[in-house]
Amino acid sequence: MSGEFKQFRLETRDWLERNCPASMRAPMPPEEVVWGGRDAEFVNPDSKLWLERMAARGWTCPTWPAEFGGGGLNPAQAGILAEELARIDARPPLTSFGISMLGPVLLEYGTLEQKLEHLPKIVRGEIRWCQGYSEPGSGSDLASLNTRADLQDGYYLINGSKVWTSYADKADWIFCLVRTDFEAPKHQGISFVLFDMASEGVSTRPIKLISGSSPFCETFFDNVKAPAANIVGRLNDGWTIAKRLLQHERTMISGFGLAGGQAEGGGASETTLESIAMRYRGDKGRLSNPVLRDRIAQFKIDSEAFALTSRRSAEESTGGGPNHISSMLKYYGCELNKRRCELLLEAAGNRALGWEGEGFDEEELSLAREWLRSKANSIEGGTAEIQLNVIARRVLDLPDLTGILREKR
Amino acid sequence: MAASMLLSEEQQLLRESARGFCREQAPISLHRKLRDSRDPDGFDRDLWRRMVDLGWSGMAVPEEFGGYGFGHLGLGLVLQETGRTLVDSPLIATVLLGANAILELGSDRQKAEILPRVVAGELLLAFALDEGALHDPARIEATAFATENGYALNGAKTFVLDGHVADRIIVVARVNDGSNGAGALGLFLIDAAAPGLEITRTIMVDGRNSANLHLSNVQVSADRRLGESATSPADLDRMLDIARVGLAAEMLGSIEEVFERTLDYLRQREQFGVPIGAFQALQHRAAEMYSEIELSKSLLRAALAALDDPVSDHRRIAKLASAAKAKLSEVFFLVSNEGIQMHGGIGMTDEFDIGFFLKRARVAQQFLGDAGFHRDRYAALHSF
Repeated sequence: MSGEFKQFRLETRDWLERNCPASMRAPMPPEEVVWGGRDAEFVNPDSKLWLERMAARGWTCPTWPAEFGGGGLNPAQAGILAEELARIDARPPLTSFGISMLGPVLLEYGTLEQKLEHLPKIVRGEIRWCQGYSEPGSGSDLASLNTRADLQDGYYLINGSKVWTSYADKADWIFCLVRTDFEAPKHQGISFVLFDMASEGVSTRPIKLISGSSPFCETFFDNVKAPAANIVGRLNDGWTIAKRLLQHERTMISGFGLAGGQAEGGGASETTLESIAMRYRGDKGRLSNPVLRDRIAQFKIDSEAFALTSRRSAEESTGGGPNHISSMLKYYGCELNKRRCELLLEAAGNRALGWEGEGFDEEELSLAREWLRSKANSIEGGTAEIQLNVIARRVLDLPDLTGILREKR
Repeated sequence: MAASMLLSEEQQLLRESARGFCREQAPISLHRKLRDSRDPDGFDRDLWRRMVDLGWSGMAVPEEFGGYGFGHLGLGLVLQETGRTLVDSPLIATVLLGANAILELGSDRQKAEILPRVVAGELLLAFALDEGALHDPARIEATAFATENGYALNGAKTFVLDGHVADRIIVVARVNDGSNGAGALGLFLIDAAAPGLEITRTIMVDGRNSANLHLSNVQVSADRRLGESATSPADLDRMLDIARVGLAAEMLGSIEEVFERTLDYLRQREQFGVPIGAFQALQHRAAEMYSEIELSKSLLRAALAALDDPVSDHRRIAKLASAAKAKLSEVFFLVSNEGIQMHGGIGMTDEFDIGFFLKRARVAQQFLGDAGFHRDRYAALHSF
């Protein structure tokens, strides 16, 4: 390793040692995840301190250019920062769709004004974003969307509704797909627009899910005004940006698949699948159910292979952002996470099936909820079937049946 | 920091040249010819000579023993390409198993004596371990009784790859020298022409060479015991893990080839007026295979890198070797079956090559432990 990187590692380690509060080096309970935003809540006051310190260095978005508030690090430095954060088990200071989805496409397609206006606020966690994609009639066939935006006096007047908008009730701004040309073929009349969720005419309604929680909302737009300058990229070319953003989203979601990748660390953690299975059976040294043992081994091997593949994909795409392998990672990562949750249910037996109340501890209660939540993994961000379509068409170059039939007609 | 998952330029060049060689000089038609002619050797000696000239016999052998020091990754890349065209050659028995056993378990004198001859292509080796229907290094019943100036070997060995063509055979046996009772393992390098050694060729479904051995009082001198002392089960495992990863590399090459041939067929074959690859039922299965193959590649790459990494401990190598052999066995099973099914009737004909991969898949799956064996071992290595 070159001297420059060695120096960077030493300085980074030293800074983190001095600036990462002790409570930020412990596992993060879900209620302490920091999403930022105008109404940001900090259950743990150290979270606020940690966010402010990291944001001041731009390290909430380490590779974004410094002129937009980012850390301005090159990929090698960012890798070192990630390793040093992992070394002290530091929590992510900020989690947001601005970081994982909107920011990367603004950097690629936004105007200088748009970048200067939005990126620094994402870095500092001041504005929380949500994603206006799916509609009641447009799920897998996303491009059939009907929310309309009509230009009037320098504003777009937006009407329609979105669904499955994650945390729309808590978000400050939305990046939203709208139809701006109703005559053009469906992919060519869509635009990508940004607007404030506090605008007049926006309303949201949380949707209660089978897991009991409500991370998603219905979102309604009734004559909402968005300045014309808030279109990202070219008018009617929003589908290009929409697809690019989906690649970022899929890469993010594929991270669920890394949850089971404890194989590498391989410690005697109390929370590994096998240790849970053994604990509930009173087993020592060897899991007594040979069928479950075999399936857990198979799962762990696949998890390890998946984690290695994520790493290889990141190395192969250095600088180029996500590539078509992102669909494979999204598909496989989600299937892995669902497998993990199902195996956890089997591992803990009836103790994993409690819903609420005194009879179960917190970990046990979370097993059922997490299992139910995991069913959405292969639906959100493009279903498993859509990912397989993308792989077949874009990666494997297999023929397009709809295209062939259209030509024959 | 973990080793890179990417190939260096030199390694890419090696792979390209190996691919070109196999396509031009060792195509599947050669495998078919050897099978159809019931070739007594089971491989083409002239082709082997050319492979030796390319340095493939010394790929993972250190330079001090006449090799080329390309490491296990170098040999793995070559094996991946020979897997693509199902090359029958001594590469597995002589190099991956034989030379590797001597390198890992032999004394310096034994290495200096034998390895340069293997690299030069002068010596063919075989490795005789298993004794039953399944791979089971824990079940060794062949015995080696200490004699005045060596050992007398007795027992039976099964499915010894290249057993009928090897010049020397490495036999794994339990040693009884009167001191520490029966139990310690010994690996003995015996001459294929040794009195008391009976070799019976077995014709396997994949057409590769295999043989059963019967040893009855086969005499071997003490200096022919590898390392000239006891071999621990852990040492044997370490050597077997290197071979398992190498075999997984060959399997990956075969898997990639079946998959690419199948994709080509999906694009070309028309039914109902469209290429069958336009049907979603087949597209999704192809996409699932693609995903499994990508995961297999990563696991194999990591396992090969770990073998060459001087700081990786054996436990980590063992985990990766079992993970790779288990995963590659599953994926070869999947892809070879889908390869036949997606080719439809023509895939069932002997005239068409895809069936060779199905046959090779099952033999490779069994060899050095099937998926179940390695998942069990992986679980044990993770203490559950």
